[in-house]
Amino acid sequence: MNWLIEFFGTAANWSGPSGIPARLLEHVEFSAVALLLSMIIAIPLGLFIGHTGRGGVVVVVAANAARALPTLGLVVLIVLLVGVGSTWPVLAPLIALAVPPILVNTYEGIRGVERDLRDAAYGMGLRGGQVLLKVLVPVALPLILLGLRIAAIQVVATATVAAYVGLGGLGRYIIDGLATKDFPSTLGGAVLVVALALLVQLGFAVLQRAVVSPGVSRRVKSR
Amino acid sequence: MITFEGVTKRYGDGTVAVDNLSLQVPTGAVTVFVGPSGCGKTTSLRMINRMIDPSEGRILLDDRDVRAIDPPTLRRGIGYVIQQSGLFPHRKIVDNVATVPYLLGWDKKKARARAMELLERVGLDPALAGRYPFQLSGGQQQRVGVARALAADPPVLLMDEPFSAVDPVVRASLQEELLRLQAELQKTIVFVTHDIDEAIKLGDTVAVLRVGGHLAQIADPATLLAEPADDFVAGFLGKDRGIRRLSFIPASKLRLSTGREVPGWSVALDEDDRPIGWRASGDGDGPLRPFGVFDPAQDSLRAALDAALLAPSGCAIAVDPGGRFAGVVTRETLDEALGRASGEALDPARSAAHARPAAGGDPDAGQAAG
Amino acid sequence: MNDTEPLVRWDWIGRHIPDITERLLDHVIMALVPVLLGLLIALPLGLASARWRGLYQPTVGVMNIVYSLPSLAVFIVLIPVTGLAERTTVIIPLTFYTLAVLVPAVVDGLESVPDHVRQSAVAMGFGPTRRLLRVDMPIAVPVVLAGLRVATVSSISLVSVGALIGRGGLGYYFIDGWQRQFYTPIIVGIVLVMVLAVLADGVLILAQRLLTPWARARRTS
Repeated sequence: MNWLIEFFGTAANWSGPSGIPARLLEHVEFSAVALLLSMIIAIPLGLFIGHTGRGGVVVVVAANAARALPTLGLVVLIVLLVGVGSTWPVLAPLIALAVPPILVNTYEGIRGVERDLRDAAYGMGLRGGQVLLKVLVPVALPLILLGLRIAAIQVVATATVAAYVGLGGLGRYIIDGLATKDFPSTLGGAVLVVALALLVQLGFAVLQRAVVSPGVSRRVKSR
Repeated sequence: MITFEGVTKRYGDGTVAVDNLSLQVPTGAVTVFVGPSGCGKTTSLRMINRMIDPSEGRILLDDRDVRAIDPPTLRRGIGYVIQQSGLFPHRKIVDNVATVPYLLGWDKKKARARAMELLERVGLDPALAGRYPFQLSGGQQQRVGVARALAADPPVLLMDEPFSAVDPVVRASLQEELLRLQAELQKTIVFVTHDIDEAIKLGDTVAVLRVGGHLAQIADPATLLAEPADDFVAGFLGKDRGIRRLSFIPASKLRLSTGREVPGWSVALDEDDRPIGWRASGDGDGPLRPFGVFDPAQDSLRAALDAALLAPSGCAIAVDPGGRFAGVVTRETLDEALGRASGEALDPARSAAHARPAAGGDPDAGQAAG
Repeated sequence: MNDTEPLVRWDWIGRHIPDITERLLDHVIMALVPVLLGLLIALPLGLASARWRGLYQPTVGVMNIVYSLPSLAVFIVLIPVTGLAERTTVIIPLTFYTLAVLVPAVVDGLESVPDHVRQSAVAMGFGPTRRLLRVDMPIAVPVVLAGLRVATVSSISLVSVGALIGRGGLGYYFIDGWQRQFYTPIIVGIVLVMVLAVLADGVLILAQRLLTPWARARRTS
C-alpha cells in the first residue's frame, strides 16, 4: 500500500511524456487503433462466413490457435522479425490476437440466428444484404459485442506485455519498474492496467445497453 | 391463379421431394396442401415464392412463370406466414408488420398507419404495437405474423403450418379468424398443414400429398370425405368420414315443426324466447333436461344431428341468429335428411356453398351452452 | 537484426535438451495445477450457484471481471504477497482464470439437463444428492469438459507471461531470445507451448469420449 501511495503521490508521475496521463493516453491509443484494425479485418470476414456458411473451418482453427498462442512469444517473435525501434510493428501481434475472438463471435452470432428468422426475412422479400444488415446483424449483436469486448480486453492486456519490446503505455511502468527494481512504479502500473481493463468492461456494458434492441436483450419489462 | 405444371424437385443426393406435380390453385380461395411429413407439401409451397426452385416443370402465377421474376420482387407481392411466426425480435410489433411496406418504399407514417389497421383487423389490441415479439404469447405472435403477411395487401398468401405450434384452443380461434378474414379479403391462399381436420375446416380445395411428393387426390373437402381416391387417402382422412361429411351439408333444408311440443317432451323457453331445456310433458315445474340447438341459416346437418343427440327427446331445437326459438326438428325429419345425404350424389356446386362446419371443440359451434 | 540468422538452429536445440525439459516440466506444473485447483473449487461453487439462483448473477459477474484482468498486472499485484519469481505468484491468478471459465460452465452444464429428465428422476425416487450425482452431473459433463478445454489451453499459454516476473516456464525462452536477438529459443518456446496445448486438448477430448459413451453412440448411429 505504501508503494502505491509513493507512486501515485509523486507529482513527477503525473506530468511529462512518461507521466500517467500521457502513458494512459498512449495505451488507449494503441489499443483503440489495434482494435479498430482488427474489427476492419474480422467483422466483414465473420459476417461473410456466417452469412454464406463458407469457410467455417477457418474460424474454428483461428479460434483454437489464438487461445493456444503464447502472447509474449508472439510479440517478441513478430517484433524481432519486422524490426525493432518503430512502435507500429508491435500492433501486428495485438491485431493477431484480437482478430480471432471478433471473427469467431461474429461468425457464431450470424450462424446462430434461427433458421425461421432467416426464412421469414427472405420470404418477406428482403435481399441477401438486407437480410444480413437488417435482421441477422441486429439479432447477432450481443455476440458480436461480446467478441469485441474479449478482443478489447485481450488488446489492453497484450499492449501491457508489449511494453517489453518497446511499446509505450502503462506497461512501461511495469517493465521499467521490474528492470530497475522500482516496485512502487511496477505496482502502480499494474493497478492502472487493472483499472483500465475494468473501464473497458464497463464501457462495453454501457455500449451493449445503447445499441442492442430491447427486443433482443429482453430487457423490457413484460407488463 | 397459381398453376403447377409438371413440377419436380430433386435434391443432389437423389431424394425426390416433389414428383411431377400438376395442379391449379384457384384465385380467391383457400387451397390446402396436406400430407404426412416428407410428402413435399412445404417444398411445393416454397417453390411458389422461389424460396426453392424446381428441378423440372414450372409454376405460373397468373400466367407468368415465377422463374422470370426476381425473387425479392416476387416475394414482396406474396404474403408469407410460417410456423414459428419468424417475427424479427429486434423490432417492435408495429415495425414488424410494416416490414414489406417499408421495403416497398412507403413513407414511415403511412406504413405504420397501415400496420395499426392490420393489427386491429387480425384481432389484436393496438396497445401491443409498441411491444417486442418476446412479450407476446404464441397465438398473438401468429396473429402478428398474419398481419405482417397482409401488410402490403398481396393478392396471394402462403401459409406454412402457421398454426401448428399453438395449443388446440388458440389454434381453433386462429382458424376461425382466418376464415373470417378470408371472407372479407378473398385472397388466393395456399395453406400447408399435416392436420387433415385443419385442412377440411379451412380448405375450399384440399390437395392430399403422399410421401415422395406424389399428388394423391385434389378435391373439395366434402368430395374428399365421400369419395377418397384410394386407401392412402381414406386412411389419411381417418375415421368418421361419414359423420364429418355432414358438416358440408347445410341444415337449411330441414323441415321445422314450429310447435314446442314433441311426443313426451316440450321445449322450455326463457322470457326472451331462448331455449333453456327440455321438460317432460305435463310436468310443469319438473327438472330441465339437457338440450342442443342449431341455427339452420348457418349450421350444417352435423350440428343439427349433434343437437338432437344431446336431447332426451331425440329432437334438435332450431334457433334464429339471435338465439331465439325457431322450431324443432324431429328424429324422423333428421332420418330422412340423413338418408338423402348418404344416397345423394355429391354435387360440388352445393357443397362448395360451404356450410359452417361444426367440429367438436369449435368454440363457435352450433350448440349453445345448455 | 542480423538477416542471416536462421529461424531455427538445430544444434542449439540439441545442446539444450536438458534445460528445455526442465522448463517444460515447470511449465506443465504451473499450467495444470491451477486447472486442477480451479476444477476442485468450481464444482462446488457451480453447484451452489445452480442450486441457489441468487448466487448465479453475482458469481458470474465477479468471474467476468476477474477474467478481464490482464495477467501481467495480476502477477505484479501478487508479488508483494507471494514473492517475485515464485510458482505461486503464477499459479494463483491462473487458478482464478480457470474459475472464471469453469464456474459458468458448471452452471450451464447443470442447466442443460432437460427438465423432463430431472422430473422423471424425481418421480422414480431419486433423492436430491443421488439425483445430482447420478443424473445431473453425467449430463453436465460435456459442457463442463468444454469449459475445461478452454481453461487448460488458456492456462498453458498464459504461464509464459510469467517470464516477465522471472517465472514463466517455457516463457523464459522468449525473454532469452529477445535479449540475444536470437530466433531459435523463441520458436522452440512457441512450438512447445502450442504442442502442449494441443496435447492437453486431445487428452480432454478423449476423456469426454470415455466419460460420455452415450454421446458417441448417438453420434455414430
